[in-house]
Amino acid sequence: MNLFCVGLSHHTADVETLERFGGNAEVSCLLRDSGCVEAVLLATCNRVEVYGASESRVSTLDVARCLDRKIAGGVLAEAAPFYRYEDTQCVRHLFRVACGVDSMVIGETEILGQAKRAYEAARANGGAGRYLHRLFQRAFRVAKHVRTHTDITRGAVSVGSVAIDLAQKIFGNLGACKALVLGAGETSEKTARALVSRGVTDVRISNRSAERADNLAQSITGQAIRFENWLDQCREIDILVTSTSSEVPLLSRSQLEPMLRERIDRPLFIIDIAVPRNVDANVNALDGVYLYDIDSLQSIAEQALAMRREQVAVAEQIIAEHVAEFDELIARGINRVPVTPEHPPVGESSLRPSEL
Amino acid sequence: MAIGHTVLELRGKVFRPMRFNFAAVGLGFIFQTAFLYVRGHAVGRCPITNLFEVIIFVAWSVALFYMVVGPTYRLSLMGAFTAPLVVVLQLVALLAPIDHPHPVKVHANSWLEFHASISLVAYGAFALACIAGVMYLVQERQLKTHQIHSIFYHLPPLTVLFAAITRLLWWGFALYTVGLFSGFFVGEPLPWIQIICAVAVWVLYGLILQGRYLHWFAPKRVAALCVVGFSAALTLLWGITFTVQTHTR
Repeated sequence: MNLFCVGLSHHTADVETLERFGGNAEVSCLLRDSGCVEAVLLATCNRVEVYGASESRVSTLDVARCLDRKIAGGVLAEAAPFYRYEDTQCVRHLFRVACGVDSMVIGETEILGQAKRAYEAARANGGAGRYLHRLFQRAFRVAKHVRTHTDITRGAVSVGSVAIDLAQKIFGNLGACKALVLGAGETSEKTARALVSRGVTDVRISNRSAERADNLAQSITGQAIRFENWLDQCREIDILVTSTSSEVPLLSRSQLEPMLRERIDRPLFIIDIAVPRNVDANVNALDGVYLYDIDSLQSIAEQALAMRREQVAVAEQIIAEHVAEFDELIARGINRVPVTPEHPPVGESSLRPSEL
Repeated sequence: MAIGHTVLELRGKVFRPMRFNFAAVGLGFIFQTAFLYVRGHAVGRCPITNLFEVIIFVAWSVALFYMVVGPTYRLSLMGAFTAPLVVVLQLVALLAPIDHPHPVKVHANSWLEFHASISLVAYGAFALACIAGVMYLVQERQLKTHQIHSIFYHLPPLTVLFAAITRLLWWGFALYTVGLFSGFFVGEPLPWIQIICAVAVWVLYGLILQGRYLHWFAPKRVAALCVVGFSAALTLLWGITFTVQTHTR
């Protein structure tokens, strides 16, 4: 039995091509027309891949034609930059994909959920049998192993997630935190919603236009604060987000310092995402104040990404060990099982729901 | 074992607290307890008769507090910081020529033993507060300088660490106060220098707690004072033990 993977990814194709192939692919077509005994289709915004098992070699073009059969003219299959991995290389590739090593954002964990859903969909359609079942289950195990034993998923890699992660590193549970968002534009709204989604229940909005502040506060069940009074709020809030279009700093060290004496044992986390900055950089020198502007958040995101890249080598080593074990498993006996695939009926799988 | 494990993980740029450190410190704690039990039988009283035994007892107290406090405050990473302190204390005790038998056969005095042992257990709490202080300072520095390293992601939140520091200080201070006042019931004259050293440690930690509640110090200062305070307390402990030995000669 041959195991193979044919696909396109962000490494080889542009978004438009991925969308066209991903949007038209069907497992049933692959099983019916291409000659695959088993097939799992993994289609995400960054990759379209077919993992197949067949008795005789299935050509890349046959698989590609199944993927683009609904595309007018059907000429894309010949032109598209499909890659192909066979047997051991296919196993290794799936393990790398499941671990997020092959992802555009290294270490992202969404791909594992997508792979699980792809496998489950194929199982429901009769596409995943004995061979791909073992392959995918091992891939999920490898991904878990890599997550547990490396730092490849550690650290936020987008500016928004970095800010929220830092808030959690300072305060722990954000449920008890009070946040003030200065400004009511699009960025402020996104940040306010992100804070609410992470459990902050006391969000206050202040803006020069009271009406916009009211509207935003209502939409997130927050509280609007008059712009003249926002500075007083610094006595009691834990998180301050500034995103106004002011050309001059709105908060200076001399303004904040007297207020800190009243809240010396409570940290103040300031996220200044305005350009130009709304908060004087000297504020960061005050005890208990942690000031981050857009550049510093970006820098941390890059540090986290660099850290993840360093972890790739460790992850590759773990993957190589699992690939060798899986190869040995195949050599020992998987090829001796009956050729006719046995698809466990949905709901009678030996897998626990948490494994799916 | 815990140190070796931590060093290996740091070298591999993978820092993961996990349960290994806790298990390693726990195993060490069992050996320490066994040693103190055997030694106690040998000397016929609580084994804190010389500097060697006192240091081993303090290391045992540190491990004891870590076992109690680590899981409670989810400070599993504390094991990586606790293990080196315990190892240093044990090494000093084992390598330094300080294991001299007590020159005078001291009669068992239950108040004296209670006073000394409870005070040394309090040192365990102060040591853990010092370790939590180091963890706080490491994280605080990374947050201030915006230089985030791998270890940052494994440290507990600042507020959780500060709560742990405060509670450890209270535990240490309460136990030390009990130890200090039980000294009045010993029924034997104690050297003045020993009393002054003991009171100095009590005043030092009393001031740190007072400063924390009266908002004299920011959390960062409290964390730094825990480190300074424990260093001073260790020095004074040496002074106390030294004077006890010379006093009884």
